[in-house]
Amino acid sequence: MILNRLNRKIPSPYKPFISDDAFLQDTYKPIPKQNHKGIVKTVDSISTLFDILKIKDGMTLSFHHHYRNGDLLLNKVLEVIKQKNIKNLTLAPSAIFPVHEPLVELIKAKNVDKIYTNYVNGPVAEAISHGHLKDLLIMDTHGGRARAIETGEIKIDVAFIAVSAADKMGNANGIDGIHPCGPLGYIYPDLYHAKHTVVVTDTILDALSKNEISHEFVDYIIKIDQIGLSTGIESGTTQMTRDPIQLKIAKDTVSLIDTLGLIKNKMSFQTGAGSTSIAVSHFLKDIMQTRSIKGSFASGGITASLVDMHEAGLFEKLYDVQSFDLTAVKSFKKNDQHLLMDASMYANPFYNENVASKLDIVILGATEIDLNFNVNVTTSSTHKLMGGSGGHSDTAYESKLTIITTNLVKSRIPSIRKHIQTISTPGSSIDVLVTERGIAINPKRADLIQRLKSSKLNIKTIDELYQMSLDIAGEPEFYPHKDRVVGLIRYRDGSIIDSIYEV
Amino acid sequence: MIRSLLFIPANHPGMMQNADIFNADAVIFDLEDGVIASEKDAAKDLLVSFLNHFHMQHKKIIIRINNIDEVQTIIHPFIHGFLLPKADEASLLLLDKTLTSLEKKMKFDHLFHVIALIETPESVLNALNIAKIPRVTGLLLGAEDLATHLGVSRTLEGREIEFARNMVIYAAKAYQKNAIDTPYTDVNNINGLKQDTFNAKNIGMNAKACIHPNQIDTINEIFMPTQEEIDFARKIMIAKEKADLDGLGAFSVDGKMIDQPIILRAKHILEKIKD
Amino acid sequence: MIYIKTIASAGTYESNDCIVTIKKADTLSIEIESVVFEQFGNQIKAVALKTLDDLNVKNVSVFIKDKGALDYTIMARIKTACKRLGVYHD
Repeated sequence: MILNRLNRKIPSPYKPFISDDAFLQDTYKPIPKQNHKGIVKTVDSISTLFDILKIKDGMTLSFHHHYRNGDLLLNKVLEVIKQKNIKNLTLAPSAIFPVHEPLVELIKAKNVDKIYTNYVNGPVAEAISHGHLKDLLIMDTHGGRARAIETGEIKIDVAFIAVSAADKMGNANGIDGIHPCGPLGYIYPDLYHAKHTVVVTDTILDALSKNEISHEFVDYIIKIDQIGLSTGIESGTTQMTRDPIQLKIAKDTVSLIDTLGLIKNKMSFQTGAGSTSIAVSHFLKDIMQTRSIKGSFASGGITASLVDMHEAGLFEKLYDVQSFDLTAVKSFKKNDQHLLMDASMYANPFYNENVASKLDIVILGATEIDLNFNVNVTTSSTHKLMGGSGGHSDTAYESKLTIITTNLVKSRIPSIRKHIQTISTPGSSIDVLVTERGIAINPKRADLIQRLKSSKLNIKTIDELYQMSLDIAGEPEFYPHKDRVVGLIRYRDGSIIDSIYEV
Repeated sequence: MIRSLLFIPANHPGMMQNADIFNADAVIFDLEDGVIASEKDAAKDLLVSFLNHFHMQHKKIIIRINNIDEVQTIIHPFIHGFLLPKADEASLLLLDKTLTSLEKKMKFDHLFHVIALIETPESVLNALNIAKIPRVTGLLLGAEDLATHLGVSRTLEGREIEFARNMVIYAAKAYQKNAIDTPYTDVNNINGLKQDTFNAKNIGMNAKACIHPNQIDTINEIFMPTQEEIDFARKIMIAKEKADLDGLGAFSVDGKMIDQPIILRAKHILEKIKD
Repeated sequence: MIYIKTIASAGTYESNDCIVTIKKADTLSIEIESVVFEQFGNQIKAVALKTLDDLNVKNVSVFIKDKGALDYTIMARIKTACKRLGVYHD
């Protein structure tokens, strides 16, 4: 093991993380896109496809997660893998949810040895945490996954692309059909660079409303009974929080943004899908409406609250990489300024002027944060795998202002620690931490500290907040993990920012 | 002068240890109606432990006691005052005596306030004598209990408590004490809260109690002077200074004649925003 | 007939609280179940021991079912349970 620049141990053959802007010195070497020649072939089943393509041991198969916890395709492919007893496969699903529980069995039986993903939660996360995956779990960011596929670092043999509707020529989208899932932002690197691309759907139409996937990149179409559950997209947090502490954090966050003078015309904004994020959007909306402010765009995974702001004329455009609920899906179909944003255009550090770089403000979460503002969104405070960066490191770096919101203490567990379990996003990308007991500004942002000096906001140093949490809760014992490395957290540029260990 | 007071049931550690993060001017830890009878012993132990060991950030702490006998077991230097339920002149005078003797014996660095909870028809009618008691710093209207006594339902319009509200206000203001309005119990209805709070403010209440943190900001905003009132008050004070220098007794601002009562109100407004 | 209590409890299983159940026993024993056991298990035990020591309560078996209670809460719930059991009086 060697140490990277954040003093985290990583296995030695891997490239160690240096800094969040080290990629500026790199040269980008993408491989060419694979246009497919000839007519798209229709195949009657996934099993038949496996035979045609001679899918065998050691190959890499990719999937997207636009159906989130309503995804059915990955499990169907796993059934075929199990049936044909194919071994040592690498899977590259862009995210893994509790619905993918059948994967646990295939991991334990070594059908699947290695996984590349951006987010993992549920039984699969638990299985990997307990050391059942034979090879490593490699966690990329959304932008990093695009980079890895575009440069050939992840070589995909077969990309399985679930779509809600396709036409006979092989064009496809995520909005027509019985089970729409919205914009298919994550699929494009797979679509352009996989050796074979397979579109799977439950609806074949004569004509589509939009050709988001162009047939020239598609090799095969398979029609199955049901492609996914639209209702599974919603992860249960579609309502604004009622918790008074979360509401305070949300209000203070918007107060901070206002005090910095950032609520103004042409502003751009991104936040996540949790109930606190929805509360932030709600308070921001109030102010924007009162002052008749027109923002330029809101981006990210899009939720009903952002659609609401767009339809109220508060943001001119929505840039959407995935829908977090059905309102967003409907809006994407209906509103012509609700636009698709593919993963590379969204967050690939090597994509010139990616959308994230145009952000004024991004509001993100954290399970843990240390005194240098390094953030953990990958594991819990007991080192259990339970998430992943997603777009966290991407937007944190690119956005002009990056705010982390979290409880200072929740159920006795403090969020600020001297030493966090894993680092997902480096502190150099984080500007402000907002908690219910105060706001801490990263010392490297002397400009913000200066601007907020005489404000009414409850500004403290992160050390003061840390001491407060110790005073309230006492000092927690650091929960130990085993020595075996089960996964790596790969930063946007391909360097390794931290290791994930067996629990 | 305070604007908002938040009731917190004293048997609920999660709420107690987060009371200080909200913007209420005072928190009322409730040992009485907020705790069921079988848990009153636990609530008392929890409150005492909380006061002894939890470092609450700056907040005025008021305790709603069950009875005066309780005071000596829970009295603590961090407590600012006590809220006496079903307060009447006799019980308040007894509480006053009890506190005086405890203050002497235990040598606290401050004197304890008392807020009288006006929730019976008799105490409404006797509000003036209650407000007169020096240790009483405020009268809090308890409309739910009062409505029960009157045999009426509570409404947002508040006609059934109009008289009680006015009695509390006039009595309190006669002695420059806080006139604190009754809580609005529909916690999800912010518009209802706004209306109820305006109703109270417009007839002279200067504060309102509440039962949920989500109500605090609305209450604080409404009891703060508006920007127009603040600007006008500033104008008045500047004009007064000038008039004083010129040796003029009377003066006008924006075409309005300004006399003593208006000057005094302007002073009060500017004092309110000082904090 | 005088009913003699042999078991008493105090507290709730809500977030930030704990249920303390105390039984008369030959020797002192403390069992803890906590949602934050890995991080605060030892701290909870230490607080429980000190509290019982301060109250001079020795012959009880204590079971604490904790949902993230802070020290002051654990102390208070133990005290109340002891009072309810009759092994401590204010």
